[in-house]
Amino acid sequence: MGEIDRIAEILHKHRQDPRYLLAILLDIQESENYISIEAMRTVAEHLGISESRVFAVVTFYRALSQKKKGRRIIRVCTGTACHLRGSAAVLQELEKQLAIKTGGVTEDGEYTLETVNCVGACALAPVVTSGENSFGRMGPSKAAELLAEGAFA
Amino acid sequence: MRFDTLSDLKNYKNEISQKQDKGKEIWICGGPGCVANGSMAIAEEFIKALGNKSSSDENTSLWHSIKVLIRPEEKETEKLIRTGITGCMGPCENGPVVHVEPDGLYYQKVTVDDIEGIIGSIKENIPYKAKAMSGLDDKPAEVPSAENIPFLAKQKKIILGKMSTMSPLDLEDYIAHGGYSGLIRALESMAPEEICNEIKASGLRGRGGGGFPTGVKWESCRNSASEMRYVLVNGDEGDPGAFMDRALMEGDPYSVIEGLTIGAYAIGSSEGIIYVRHEYPLAVKRLANAIKNLEEAGLLGTNILGTGFDFHVEICEGGGSFVCGESTALMTSIEGKPGVPRVKYIRSTERGLWESPTVLNNVETWANVPHIITNGSEWFRSIGTENNSGTKVFALVGKVKNTGLVEVPMGTTLRQIIYDIGGGVAQKRPFKAVQTGGPSGGCLPASMLDTPVDFDSLTEAGSMMGSGGMIVMDDRTCMVDIARYFIDFLVEESCGKCVPCREGLKKMQMILHDLTNGKGREGDTKALEDLAEDISDTSLCALGQSAANPVLSTIKYFKEEYIEHEKEHFCRSGVCQGMFRIKIDEEKCKSCGLCSKNCPADTIEKLDSGKYCIKQEGCIRCGACFEVCPFSSVDIVNEVIDDD
Repeated sequence: MGEIDRIAEILHKHRQDPRYLLAILLDIQESENYISIEAMRTVAEHLGISESRVFAVVTFYRALSQKKKGRRIIRVCTGTACHLRGSAAVLQELEKQLAIKTGGVTEDGEYTLETVNCVGACALAPVVTSGENSFGRMGPSKAAELLAEGAFA
Repeated sequence: MRFDTLSDLKNYKNEISQKQDKGKEIWICGGPGCVANGSMAIAEEFIKALGNKSSSDENTSLWHSIKVLIRPEEKETEKLIRTGITGCMGPCENGPVVHVEPDGLYYQKVTVDDIEGIIGSIKENIPYKAKAMSGLDDKPAEVPSAENIPFLAKQKKIILGKMSTMSPLDLEDYIAHGGYSGLIRALESMAPEEICNEIKASGLRGRGGGGFPTGVKWESCRNSASEMRYVLVNGDEGDPGAFMDRALMEGDPYSVIEGLTIGAYAIGSSEGIIYVRHEYPLAVKRLANAIKNLEEAGLLGTNILGTGFDFHVEICEGGGSFVCGESTALMTSIEGKPGVPRVKYIRSTERGLWESPTVLNNVETWANVPHIITNGSEWFRSIGTENNSGTKVFALVGKVKNTGLVEVPMGTTLRQIIYDIGGGVAQKRPFKAVQTGGPSGGCLPASMLDTPVDFDSLTEAGSMMGSGGMIVMDDRTCMVDIARYFIDFLVEESCGKCVPCREGLKKMQMILHDLTNGKGREGDTKALEDLAEDISDTSLCALGQSAANPVLSTIKYFKEEYIEHEKEHFCRSGVCQGMFRIKIDEEKCKSCGLCSKNCPADTIEKLDSGKYCIKQEGCIRCGACFEVCPFSSVDIVNEVIDDD
């Protein structure tokens, strides 16, 4: 099934009402790892709203991106509790290990490295998440180890 | 399970309450902390050990049968035993936590190796000592029940009350633990106006941080003429360092929806929307499950309990934007637009979502409602202080010994929360500050520790209640760096609509970055204060208006640190890179060598005197020696030290 069919399926799942614009775009993001110009056009036409409105929403929300993300998104929590307990060093180490900057995608398209403003697991700070899994009490060497073991894959 | 009339539900509640032998229950904490520590695998192993096949994590509330010894008769009897996953139990620091009912025992740091022991202890009817939760003096409690564990004993759990003893998936559990008594009372014997009055009389104030009287909000919405009215849940918990709402939505979703249903009935609404933060996928899943079960049970939908009251609830997921926690931005976001705030010439209770009267309350506020309606406003007022009734849930995190989720009556002091419940600063380091209120709040110093925690006292002290994040900081936290951290956060999250917030915060950010990079200039602190005042006075929404609080409160209480950064380019906390030196005090050094062993740069040498010394040339100033020295002989200094 190609991108066009997958998007058609997502559109079909939601009610045809502009109020579901964000919900539709979140689903497209999840399925395609990004939102293409074509996808935005399709959604605008389907909901009967201007393309500029769709573009405005895509660029406003942090969870939506126009750049294709990696298959796995590693998120280093930079919430206050994690900041206090040294999340910056963890982020630095992962940038080094993955050879990308925060926000970047690894060459093989496997990982995107991002920060997140608190995942609500502050008691285990610093926290790193990958998909639905979270890993607590991180340190630079522990994060590197987990990455090497494939725990974030 | 379906209830078509009020008496259906009442009869059902009666039946459950008369059930005599409730069997034994093993609850495994499914809070975010414990899950990250592997509690799901432990739950699965418990089920296997009790002779059942493992099941998916979302369906682990299962019954088995075991033989239990009855004391003192020493007789064996067949008992039903159940294992299940709960929401967050609170003592996150010591997870994974396991809780055994009806004995009320708590076990900490449980591993799969303890499963046999715990099941054995249940059969023997005695506590399992090996992993009993810590009592006084940090020793395992003899009988690890809540009253013997300081972390739990000093709390008053009302909102979190059910969370350690029921499955967040199971509607039957919620009803068995007193759920839906509030809605029954509301629908059976109260007129909508009476409910508004009861909430007003209770003195309940918005738990999202604003502290606006909830009943007044409801009444004003009810009195706005309109065909359509909306009730909304603000589950966009964006404050970093806060996870109270996440815990509630994941651990007790039914209570939030019951509160919302009562609110809808009171103001005359038939549509509710729960706005949940994008970063909380499990909360979305649990709420969706609850809505589905409630619709099937006839507790949501049309003609609820045969009373003619219709109410539908939908979930709306956010897009990862902090400003969407602001009320008008949240409504714009639900409408499918960029979540930008509006100017509030007209209150949302008159014209809110889609121009209709709307009540927006925080998750915790809604969760208070069923308790108030069930027990009455007088009961609620008896908890807390005069203008701040009820309890408040806090996420106690940062450099505190017992991190976790706590609930205390309003008016409890910061000291009681941090020391009596939290066990003080981690690793016995000196306390420096406590941050409340997230990026809109402030940092309070040790001299303010006796401030009672309520809306008014915290605001007066220069911080604010906020939604409930409470972040403890020790002497190794730089207050200028913390201010920089929050301003970085807010620059990123400012929606850009109004100039003071968009441009003013950027200017503050530049100054703070200079200060923390050793490029401070004379007058920087004053410039920050001036900018802060302008931004507060002229920003459009609460984000901008409160954005300067972290800077203002740190300048107010920790001015000397700003001056040191500005004039001496010195960071006394040893945080800002290149702005300090580390030195071992030879007088205090006891020659143990721990620092040398732990130095990653291998730059600590033993002197002829037997004492240790840091060679400055190789020192990367990581602070490892500082952390490990048992005699506090490692100092952060502001001087050039020559390697000789």
